Amino acid sequence: MLEKLDEIEKKALELLAMVEDEASLEAWRIANIGRSSAVMNVFSQMGGLSKEERPLVGQKANQVKTALEKAFAERVETIKTAALAKSLANEKLDITLPGRPVRRGGLHPATIVLRRMLGILAEMGFQVYTSRDVETDEMNFQALNFPPHHPAREMQDSLYIDAGERGDNPVLLRTHTSPGQIRAMREFSAENPENPPSIRIALPGMCYRYEQITARSEVQFYQIEGLAVGENITYGDLKGTLADFARRMFGLNAKVRFRASYFPFTEPSAEMDVECFVCGGKGCPVCKNSGWLEILGSGMVHPVVLQNGGYDPRRFTGFAFGMGPQRQTMLLHRMNDIRYFWGNDVRFLNQF
Amino acid sequence: MRVPVSWLQDFVDIKLPIEEMARLLTVSGLEVDEIHYVGWEMPKENKYGFKINGLSWDKEKIVVAEIREVGAHPNADRLTLCDLYDGKQQHTVLTGAPNLYPFKGQGKLAKPLKVAYAKEGSTLYDGHADGLVLATLKRTKIRGIESYSMVCSEKELGISLEHEGVIILDDDAPVGMALADYIGDVVLEINILPNNARNANILGIAREVAALTGQPLKKPVYELKESGEPIKGKVSIEIRDPQLNPRFTVGLIRDVEIKESPYWAQRRLRLAGMRPISNIVDATNYTMIEIGEPLHAFDFDILQQRAGCKPIKIITRAAGQGEKLVTLDNNERTLSPTNVLVCDEKGALSMAGVMGGLESEIHDNTKAGPESSRTQSTTNILLEGAAWNFINIRRTANSHNLHSEAAYRFSRGVHPGLTVEGIRRCLYWMQAWSGGKVAPGLVDEYPLPAIDPLVEITEQDIKRSLGINIPANEVAELLERLEFKCTVRGKTILVQTPPFRTDIGEGLVGVADIMEEVSRLYGLDRIPETRMADPLPPQSGNLSLEREERVRDILVELGLQEVITYRMSSPENESRLLPKSAPGPELDYVRLANPIAPEKRVMRRSLLASVLNVIEHNARLAETLAMFEVGPVFLPQAADLPLEPRHLAIALSGRCYGQTWDTKLTQKLDFFDLKGVIEGLMAALHLAVSYEPADHPTFHPGKCAAVVLGNKTLGYFGELHPQVQANYDFNAPVIAADFDLEIMFAGMKDAFDVKPVGEFPPVLEDIAVIVDESVPAERVEALIRQTGGKLLASVKLFDVFRSEQIGVGKKSLAYALVYQSLEGTLTDKEATQIRGRIIQRLDREIGAKLRSQA
Ligand SMILES: [Zn+2]
Repeated sequence: MLEKLDEIEKKALELLAMVEDEASLEAWRIANIGRSSAVMNVFSQMGGLSKEERPLVGQKANQVKTALEKAFAERVETIKTAALAKSLANEKLDITLPGRPVRRGGLHPATIVLRRMLGILAEMGFQVYTSRDVETDEMNFQALNFPPHHPAREMQDSLYIDAGERGDNPVLLRTHTSPGQIRAMREFSAENPENPPSIRIALPGMCYRYEQITARSEVQFYQIEGLAVGENITYGDLKGTLADFARRMFGLNAKVRFRASYFPFTEPSAEMDVECFVCGGKGCPVCKNSGWLEILGSGMVHPVVLQNGGYDPRRFTGFAFGMGPQRQTMLLHRMNDIRYFWGNDVRFLNQF
Repeated sequence: MRVPVSWLQDFVDIKLPIEEMARLLTVSGLEVDEIHYVGWEMPKENKYGFKINGLSWDKEKIVVAEIREVGAHPNADRLTLCDLYDGKQQHTVLTGAPNLYPFKGQGKLAKPLKVAYAKEGSTLYDGHADGLVLATLKRTKIRGIESYSMVCSEKELGISLEHEGVIILDDDAPVGMALADYIGDVVLEINILPNNARNANILGIAREVAALTGQPLKKPVYELKESGEPIKGKVSIEIRDPQLNPRFTVGLIRDVEIKESPYWAQRRLRLAGMRPISNIVDATNYTMIEIGEPLHAFDFDILQQRAGCKPIKIITRAAGQGEKLVTLDNNERTLSPTNVLVCDEKGALSMAGVMGGLESEIHDNTKAGPESSRTQSTTNILLEGAAWNFINIRRTANSHNLHSEAAYRFSRGVHPGLTVEGIRRCLYWMQAWSGGKVAPGLVDEYPLPAIDPLVEITEQDIKRSLGINIPANEVAELLERLEFKCTVRGKTILVQTPPFRTDIGEGLVGVADIMEEVSRLYGLDRIPETRMADPLPPQSGNLSLEREERVRDILVELGLQEVITYRMSSPENESRLLPKSAPGPELDYVRLANPIAPEKRVMRRSLLASVLNVIEHNARLAETLAMFEVGPVFLPQAADLPLEPRHLAIALSGRCYGQTWDTKLTQKLDFFDLKGVIEGLMAALHLAVSYEPADHPTFHPGKCAAVVLGNKTLGYFGELHPQVQANYDFNAPVIAADFDLEIMFAGMKDAFDVKPVGEFPPVLEDIAVIVDESVPAERVEALIRQTGGKLLASVKLFDVFRSEQIGVGKKSLAYALVYQSLEGTLTDKEATQIRGRIIQRLDREIGAKLRSQA
């Protein structure tokens, strides 16, 4: 009987080794460890064995049964793994096929750069002050120390509004965001005329000039101005603030230089150039080989402008600066056609 | 302004490289736009990145030479063979220059002609090419005669574009000298800002260079020889309005021979951008470029004729309305009282400061034809130097489109103090170039003397504004370089403005003006960078802008692209928002008086019209378009400035799902896609709006909704009316929205409360009800919500179904309901009770039947 069990085990294991798929496995299980398999038959035949033989055969039969069950489990695992490997191999994707598009929204590039600049200025304490597009000559020019017929007006050709006869105070589209300086100063000084609060504001907005629309000039463009007014503001502060701004905007190593210039509403006035961030100052087509990029105009607020805003120029000083966010976008992304901004072609917008 | 450096050297020694000087000028407010070489050696490297161009003349190959004889070419009538000496050897040089032709066949010339001679291998501009093309001079044969060198024209040397003949140099030109050493030059193109008009002349730039480099300014030194009868008594002046004409001065020169100016002066004028005309006209232009005083020459004899036997009386006055004058360009001009005239007792002579009259102009007797009635070979000249009100000159120059160099200067302000010096200097040049005799004295009328402010500035003023300490003595020293007269009293400097500047104000303005000069000369780069010590002002933020930006962010999160369009438009463009069959009433616009183009002649009233233009532009560039803009529209107000309310416009068009390699969904965006966007926006802004069927001419009458908050309509949206759609070249139906953000923001709250999410398990249940087609879905949902009350956590419509089985004119609406209590777990019994109430209510109020019952 014991030999028979050995024989059963050996034969069953040989058969198991030949099983390759799940169907044959089940057949093997029924045939070799199922209820009517040879090893199970041994258990049912135990009654006919002697008292001495019974425990030995029982023990041996259990061993064989356990061994076959274990072998079966291992075989099941092997076959399943192989089957999985085979099916995985068949499920291979062409991962180079394009993904399914998700509709991606986006801000206009002019908004992106405007926000970036306002963000930097906000961290430096400049709060946003907005004002209207349609202005009076008084606010856009006269209060800013451009008297009627002043030659400096030629620097800013205006678009006028049909508003009937208004003499020397016609209505126009603001040529710069500077009328906001006057509006802000008047608003703040009205709160407390004897002791007006100091000011630190950023003025973003759309401005307009009488210019034909070409790759280099626009009839409508964004501008951001900054204005700081207080009892201790100096030209050194102007330089420090703008150099800080340039480092935040263009990189911590950005070098700046100031060139004396002229704006009627500031004195002294200066243009600020930033060392070309494309070529590092060596000269390239972006900076037209000069190594410098013209970034903004600035100056100490003219005493007449302070006075017009309700701030006593004997007590207060201030500085102001203005820049074109679109120009900075064009420099940063090496764009050479300003018409792209208001053209809103999706092939342009999608790049941001 | 073009500044030939050789001319600048008349007044200041230049001891540093040209590019270094240009850099100094640029950082101190006289921006050098371009450096143009005309002969001098160009720098090897461009250290400061200036725009540098032009031509250097090889010192070995291009020299001064003399032509001793002009002979005929054996095979060509129009060519000449010149016998030329270059200081070392004789050459035979072939030329075709018409200005040498008169000398042909005269044998050996009594006075040799000095010329610019270029040898083989010289690099020059090709005289025959269009524009400036460099070429190297090569040995060649022309009509059988060998040629290896040439006599140069101005174009070939890059002095001007003149190629009619060769340059004939002045008689004293040193033969054999390198031409670059004799007349080589470099021209700085300087951008003169409006406050710098006083420097629109060589002396002004020289003063700046002197101040910036610490060199002395060498003012013109010359002696004016006077002879003959004095001018006094020959001419009198009557200024009718000193505000228009603060000063008028005249001088007289007799027996002037009108001819060409010396070559050196012609060359300078050309490099400065002026065309040489004759010695007299050139002398006025030369003096204006040199020291900045525009001058005008009258033919004295003609004025004398007009005056008869009386002395000449000059009258200056405003022109009468419609008064006429023929100007020297032979145009009859109709004048107005803005224009100022120089007249005599018979009438107008010239448009003051802008352009002379034809009759009294200097006539070139030497060039007059044989029919000329004038026989005398010399002329007598009355020379005017005056000061004019810059506003009148500006308006006159603009209205008559006469932008002369004189008008350019007068319209920016020329100091009245310059007339006497201007006339004397010009008479000097006229005498030198024409052999005339200067009459002793001037006649000078100066009823409105200029005020040259005296400004008091202290060390403390400078510290307060610039943030640095500069000792009073140093300030005085800096200012004196620009000819301010300074008196230092302790820490105070009394600064006297020199009598040629009109840009220094009085009082505090004067202090700022002087501060600017100090900062420029001290050097802006020497002022240290500091951080503001001033305390931070009160913080108030900008809530209105924050909300606007929040709207942008939400829409971007919802997958829309922001656009920014022109705020100028046209009524026609905006009328495309209405069906052609139903044009609306004519709208009042904010109109531009001087639009750049008709399609930009008004300020827009509709933001949606702008956004639809963008959709149209991109219609075939993308399969899905989902765009929005936030920006103002402009609504005119009778007397006031227009209202500029901000709007939000949205437009969707095209496919819901982008085309891909495995998707077959071709559904187009429709009303409910846009409604989803708007619901998303309103949810994010915490605005509990309702949607009401609306009638709006832009939209499809059955597919249009008003978005209502309380009793305010925030805006409209819907599918475009088919007749509006037809006004555009779109590629798919367009669904659009237009909101007034000012109304929307007015309804917004600063904060919102978070509702608890509930911790007890919800009971989920679906119900489907059948209602009449006319019952809006929103009504059904509202009834469910009201009835469910606090225990009904959410209601979601998941199916709308119509069929014959449920009946014509009926629809089935299926809702997923979530019941949930914040206090404890709901039992099925409680849920069933709520459901029962909902069904009863729906039945009672709108006749709804449960679908299972139907
Ligand atoms: Zn560069």
